[in-house]
Amino acid sequence: MNIVDCIIIGGGPAGMEAANRLTDQGFQVLLFEKEPELGGKLRQWDKLFPDFTLAQDILKMLNDNIASNKLEIKTGNTIRELRQSTDEGNSKEWEVIDGNGESHRARTVLITTGFDFFDATRKEEYGYGIYPNVITSVELEEQLKNGKIEIASNSKNDPNIAFIQCVGSRDEKVGNHYCSRNCCICAVKQAIEVKELLPQSEVTCYYMDLRMFGQSYEELYRKAQQEFRVNFIRGRVSEISPTLENRVILKAEDTLLSRPIRATVDLVVLMVGMEPSETTAQLSKSLNMSDPYGYIASKNSYTADNETQHKGLFVAGTAKRQLAIPDVIRDADAAAFTIAKHLKNGK
Amino acid sequence: MQKHYWNEYQKEIAADRYFYARSCIRQTFFPGSETAFLKILQDELGKDIYDSADQHTCSGIGYHGDVVPFLTTSTVIARLFSLMTEAGYKNYVPSCITSFGLIVEVLDTWKHFPETLEQTRESLLKATGRTFEIPENVAHPSDIIYKFRNELKSKMKYQLIEKSTGRPLRGVEHIGCHYAKVFPDKGVGGAEFPHVLAGMIESWGGEVVDYPERRHCCGFGFRNYLVQANRGYSVSNSHKKFESMAPYKPDFIIANCPGCAMFLDKWQYTIAEMEGKTYDEQGRGIPVFTYEELAGLLLGYDPWKLGVQIHQVQAESFLDKIGIEYNPDEKYKGASGEELEHPQKPSVLKV
Repeated sequence: MNIVDCIIIGGGPAGMEAANRLTDQGFQVLLFEKEPELGGKLRQWDKLFPDFTLAQDILKMLNDNIASNKLEIKTGNTIRELRQSTDEGNSKEWEVIDGNGESHRARTVLITTGFDFFDATRKEEYGYGIYPNVITSVELEEQLKNGKIEIASNSKNDPNIAFIQCVGSRDEKVGNHYCSRNCCICAVKQAIEVKELLPQSEVTCYYMDLRMFGQSYEELYRKAQQEFRVNFIRGRVSEISPTLENRVILKAEDTLLSRPIRATVDLVVLMVGMEPSETTAQLSKSLNMSDPYGYIASKNSYTADNETQHKGLFVAGTAKRQLAIPDVIRDADAAAFTIAKHLKNGK
Repeated sequence: MQKHYWNEYQKEIAADRYFYARSCIRQTFFPGSETAFLKILQDELGKDIYDSADQHTCSGIGYHGDVVPFLTTSTVIARLFSLMTEAGYKNYVPSCITSFGLIVEVLDTWKHFPETLEQTRESLLKATGRTFEIPENVAHPSDIIYKFRNELKSKMKYQLIEKSTGRPLRGVEHIGCHYAKVFPDKGVGGAEFPHVLAGMIESWGGEVVDYPERRHCCGFGFRNYLVQANRGYSVSNSHKKFESMAPYKPDFIIANCPGCAMFLDKWQYTIAEMEGKTYDEQGRGIPVFTYEELAGLLLGYDPWKLGVQIHQVQAESFLDKIGIEYNPDEKYKGASGEELEHPQKPSVLKV
């Protein structure tokens, strides 16, 4: 049986970038992706924060590199099992059983199985799935991609649109204490895009804290307020209910003014957080390397952030925590470098 | 496809052999409801339900009014359980929603802090010499009516349909806070989209009104009402709900909590007196029923024997819409047929 240098599980931006970097250096790589196409969640996105780069441009660069490299890709193929090979004491190898039951062997494995969006139906009080004018940020992005925002209400006035932050993040009730890190700035980006498409609309973001930590994030937040007149209210929304005009009423508390608010709006956008993907959670559990939330814990987040506690098994991207696209690509580069070093040293 | 959240909150409801625990206040406000429940279970459904003569309060009003501590409450509840054990039953059915919520809270506390269960056993034994078993199933009577709602429908003489037009009647359902807001998985449908009363309305031919303040508290809130100076909070909460539901033109309200059914009924009189406002087009107010009264009316029980004439908002507009038969001359007759004193008429609300 052919033993490849590295099997990469997950063909999103992290898997694609790492595959390119490893094949650039002459290593033999086998890339698995469960969907029919490579690209992961990047395929669902229109423009990226904070500079409105087209997601398809990034995807094209990754795909062009893939096309120019000699790389074996298995799309539409899920992983049934990942284990250390036990044949004749040759325990340094890894064995992957794919969805068709076929066995593949490699000297190293890189897990880039990424994240899933939080299922908004778990926050029942927001009525997602019941009221047509409550949508997720993922659905809004799809509408932005199509250049048309769908307003379900019968209201003839200029639409009133609300963004709700931290849906499924920093929320003890759903068991996710962590911050998803991308939703604050993503809401700012999407609010600006909504104002560009519907200049007469009233757009308000309801937030707990606004975490504008990245380069140019704070500037975009200021721009949203100053140039696009997006309102920001520090308050957690407690409930969303319907009105007779097919609009919805949201209730919140403005915690800066210490007063309750009720707003009647035409569209609510739930900024859904990130959770480990099903495969990420499954692998982290089966190989006993899970953090408290099901993400894959790296060996050392300071000095060995692409390694796991298992020799020859590496991790990159959002399979280990919440990262934005530039961070994911940098992390994949670092993983490829670490794997190359491991392979060259023959460890 | 529209999501049905309530499907994910289905609880186990015992099918027979119930120990019934009555409410402290329901027999005053809704004098026919508990009797109607027993009649429905025994006569319509053929169930075994035991109504102990030795029962007493669960102390819920004192507990929520901050005058009875937890261990005392849990010991009082343990005594009720000992009556159930003594009678040979394992399925506990508390009539009052606060009792239901409190029992769920006590059982949960015993589960997570077993030392409190031991303390309770010891306190009960020392005080009364009694022992008890934990119920195998705790269900509110509204859960049981919900469970058998389709079976009951087949026995019903009327449906929630306007006789003259064939229009389904619009019902506001209001769930007591202590039913599912504390422990969502203990209520049919959970806390956000409870289905226990909505399921009855839908099964019996009506439509449920989904209005903005559907989940808002009726305003009873023990401290809101029991502390006289706070009653303005109580009425303002009900006011908020009425203002919110009125544009949907509901034909009736049903509730499964003693406080909710009472305040949603009686505050309509208060608001009418204070503001001159009523919440239906005829100025009669929106009739409020308990789920037992509603089931009883549809089963063809005599409205006056169900005690609906005791309500502040009178039931005739609702009865006439459906075509439920009643004798106006019997309305204020006592059990032995004598004519009782008629209540005074409010100045605004039409009766």
